[in-house]
Amino acid sequence: MDLKGRHLIDPRDLRLDELNGLLDLGLAMYEKPAVFDQTCRGKILGTLFYEPSTRTRLSFESAMLRLGGRVLGFSDAATSSASKGESLADTIRVLDDYADVLVMRHPREGAPKLAAEYATVPVINGGDGGHQHPTQTLTDLLTLKKHLGEIQNLKVAFCGDLLFGRTVHSLIKTLSRFPGMEFFLVSPPELRIPSHLKEELLYEYDVKITETSQLEDCIEEIDLLYMTRIQKERFFNEEEYIKLKDSFILSRDKLAPAKESLLVLHPLPRVNEIQYDVDEDPRARYFDQAKMGVYIRMALICAVLGVELPC
Amino acid sequence: MLEVTAIKKGIVIDHIPAGKGLRIFEKLRLDRHQAQAVLLMHVKSRKRGSKDIIKIQDDLTVDLRILGLIDPGITVNYIENEEIIEKQLAGLPQKVKGLFECKNPRCITGVDDCAVPEFTLVPNGKIQYKCSYCGTLTEYKL
Repeated sequence: MDLKGRHLIDPRDLRLDELNGLLDLGLAMYEKPAVFDQTCRGKILGTLFYEPSTRTRLSFESAMLRLGGRVLGFSDAATSSASKGESLADTIRVLDDYADVLVMRHPREGAPKLAAEYATVPVINGGDGGHQHPTQTLTDLLTLKKHLGEIQNLKVAFCGDLLFGRTVHSLIKTLSRFPGMEFFLVSPPELRIPSHLKEELLYEYDVKITETSQLEDCIEEIDLLYMTRIQKERFFNEEEYIKLKDSFILSRDKLAPAKESLLVLHPLPRVNEIQYDVDEDPRARYFDQAKMGVYIRMALICAVLGVELPC
Repeated sequence: MLEVTAIKKGIVIDHIPAGKGLRIFEKLRLDRHQAQAVLLMHVKSRKRGSKDIIKIQDDLTVDLRILGLIDPGITVNYIENEEIIEKQLAGLPQKVKGLFECKNPRCITGVDDCAVPEFTLVPNGKIQYKCSYCGTLTEYKL
């Protein structure tokens, strides 16, 4: 696996063997993090967060600190020169000299790709609008690998906001590349996955997709339930948000008929789409999933920096 | 009958659907081009009844990729020494840049001048183009 100097903008920027290599490295870092604690000594991670983030930003920062590196950046566009009207290209040209690797979140779709066009250091997409979130996908995959061993022949339900949910878009595209995957897309009609993405999945990956507005239609047969939040910030019309925000609420009752081996994941933050008492169910793995985000990001940072690994 | 003589060297854009010639003339920005050009409208055609034709004198370098977006049946004849040296069906361009904008209101290309989207034809039989930045598919017509 040689990812030195590479950008990660779209999950398809990584070949399947590279994905698997990263997952193996992430798992090794999870098992023995201390071994890697000086791997990025002298390196700097630049964090450009034009949109709020808790897990992605802090897990990236935690990852770099655990690797012995340092972090600089901003977590609010209002505190950057973007608020003065500076173009993204100019910001990148400058930060390019301040950091060895950049991670960026932006409300505009395609902004990290634009950043990558102006950067000489690797740019990692930390989420762009409703488009893509490749490092959440890596996190999801590492969680699956940890709990299942192999990622194959899974029946996966995505539930909630599939239209604007960038975590869904990235994950479904990536899971489609693994063998034997079948998808159930559970959402209100207004929040179904974008037609272009559905066509891409059908034409390019020939996967089996079933769309429904009832979780009950598939809960008994699925291996993975990927819950998502209805995202207020993606709606132009608040009335529409209010109408849809409580479309799916996962309760212990709803989860009762599911397999014992089911994994319930959620990219977080949740609002009310998973009731708090579900957290006690052993199938609920979303906090473990958030934890794995640190280790896979450690692996990714090391890979794109091309640093020498201790093992 | 109106007569326009043959050109010795240049391009003849033929089989333009009648009435669309002026639009093509504008889209190709021939009014700003240095080359001499003429637009013929409602020319009698055995196949179509009537058609429009554009003739461009001396210049073989005009970018004609948009023609297929107006009508893939348009033909382009390249002329040297009053003879057709190459004849092409316009067809649909595989990639298009600078002709239209991404229709996704959340796309970076809508707010940042540095982001000029390139659109790639998607082989789904629907004449849809994919934005290089946000991936949105849109059916474009000129």
